[in-house]
Amino acid sequence: MISLPKKIAQYAFLIIFSLFSIFPLIWMAIAATNQSIDVIRGKMIPGTYLIENYKALIAQSDLWHAMGNSFKYSIVVTLLSLIVCSLAGYGFEIYHDKFKDGLMSVILLAMMVPFVATMIPLFGMMAKMGFLNTVAGFVLPSISTPFLIMLFRQSARSFPHDIIEAARIDGLGEFQIFVRMFFPTMRSTYAAAMTITFMNAWNNYLWPKVIMNKPETQTMPMLVSNLTAGYVTDYGMLMLAVLFCTLPTVIIFFCLQKSFAEGITGAVK
Amino acid sequence: MEKAKARKLSQSKRYNLTGWVFLTPAALLIAVFSFYPMIKCFIYSFQKGSTFANMQWYGINNYIRMFQDKVFMKSLGNTFIYFLIQVPIMLILALILASMLNNKDLKFKGFFRTAIFLPCATTLVSYAIIFRSLFSTDGFVNTILMKLGILDAPFAFLTNTTGARAVIILALVWRWTGYNMVFYLSGLQNIEYSVYEAAKIDGASPLQSFFHITVPLLKPTILLTAIMSTNGTLQLFDESVNLTNGGPANSSITMSHYIYDTTFKYVPNFGYSCAMSILILILVGTLAFIQMKVGDKRD
Repeated sequence: MISLPKKIAQYAFLIIFSLFSIFPLIWMAIAATNQSIDVIRGKMIPGTYLIENYKALIAQSDLWHAMGNSFKYSIVVTLLSLIVCSLAGYGFEIYHDKFKDGLMSVILLAMMVPFVATMIPLFGMMAKMGFLNTVAGFVLPSISTPFLIMLFRQSARSFPHDIIEAARIDGLGEFQIFVRMFFPTMRSTYAAAMTITFMNAWNNYLWPKVIMNKPETQTMPMLVSNLTAGYVTDYGMLMLAVLFCTLPTVIIFFCLQKSFAEGITGAVK
Repeated sequence: MEKAKARKLSQSKRYNLTGWVFLTPAALLIAVFSFYPMIKCFIYSFQKGSTFANMQWYGINNYIRMFQDKVFMKSLGNTFIYFLIQVPIMLILALILASMLNNKDLKFKGFFRTAIFLPCATTLVSYAIIFRSLFSTDGFVNTILMKLGILDAPFAFLTNTTGARAVIILALVWRWTGYNMVFYLSGLQNIEYSVYEAAKIDGASPLQSFFHITVPLLKPTILLTAIMSTNGTLQLFDESVNLTNGGPANSSITMSHYIYDTTFKYVPNFGYSCAMSILILILVGTLAFIQMKVGDKRD
């Protein structure tokens, strides 16, 4: 039995840690509505300066262009990634044999390759193919990931073989089985894969910083980062930019929290 | 009979081929955009030059230079400080939080879980800038500490070696503890709750259950999170660039940040940058190997 003081200590710990987790985000949201000077003074109630901050932000940066770019890149990566990796995960599991299992282990090794160890030659390849400052340059290296292949392979494992056999007898082709049987039953895996892939693409900062060197191709994280370059920081405006950069992923988080958690842990079950 | 067998054989051959069709695009993409550049990076690391078309053989000089480069050695040391301090703190916190939230009698469980998990939804650049703003000289933390009378003058967290590192560690703990907690929570779901109840009846304290049930049964998950965190720490970039800009005097710069600078900010030196990248690759591999060995031993 847990004694009362211990119980109180436990709740206290959880409450403190929860507040620690939420506070920076609340501070950011409040700061976005206040004048920089009030932010510095430590004002912790929402203000009325949101419109002014917004005006300052769009005067200084190409906000909607960067938002558009970030959405464009992330959506393209997510769509292609889901198609390519789910096909592969399904292929590795349903038609598995010695060679395919061997190849899978090699692909898993790619998980251990740090991005910096491929970054410089990748930059050279993209420059050579004329893919700098293009969607293709952003998406190509992140379409196929060992993590997603593993996630879909894992979910294909729970896909009953009887259904495949029955479908084959009914005369369905292999690709039709995948589209008509596997895809609809694995919706939750797709949702999990979607959240995690979109999130990673939206978050990506190093790679776009390497290949997007024109102002009109920059992403939201790059825009936010560039705003801090000056000597005097306009906190209200800066936090509004941070809010814009964070909002899409936070919305996804709240709408799809379960898929999100599954996306993170899914492949290790 | 013979015919049927032959048909079956050709059918299994066909299925085999279909399998390859399914997985080829993904496998090709990984080969072209991961393994090929990695091998190329390894080759470049023995060359020098500032354009890809004009690389010259340079032997192991890049590697020799690396170990004489004070800034690189500093970035290596910084990365290890983050690794040795931040990873254990974060994983232990995540484990404690997960085992608290796994308690069936706990109230407001959903709120706690969502709140602690929420930082994961923040973009890496965003949270780095939020922490930078909170801890800047005219930032919120200094204002509050001065209002409370704890400080007389603002403390320059980010322009002080220990301060800058501590803020980066704090920020990392903030961003990633919930992430690891989710792994542990999903691992704990595989442990029958009755095991804990049986232990309770046998008189085991919560602390004893934690060390004798939770930790051993979660070992594979702990190993996985340890390897992932190690991998992530060795590649830290966004935080170093946006939170402290590597400063003061490179005392918080990470390896990836320095590699980026030597490649794209200063006069490009692709060979040297690749040599440093290869060292990260070797470190990631070695540490994962050690962790797997240690993880196996206690069985």
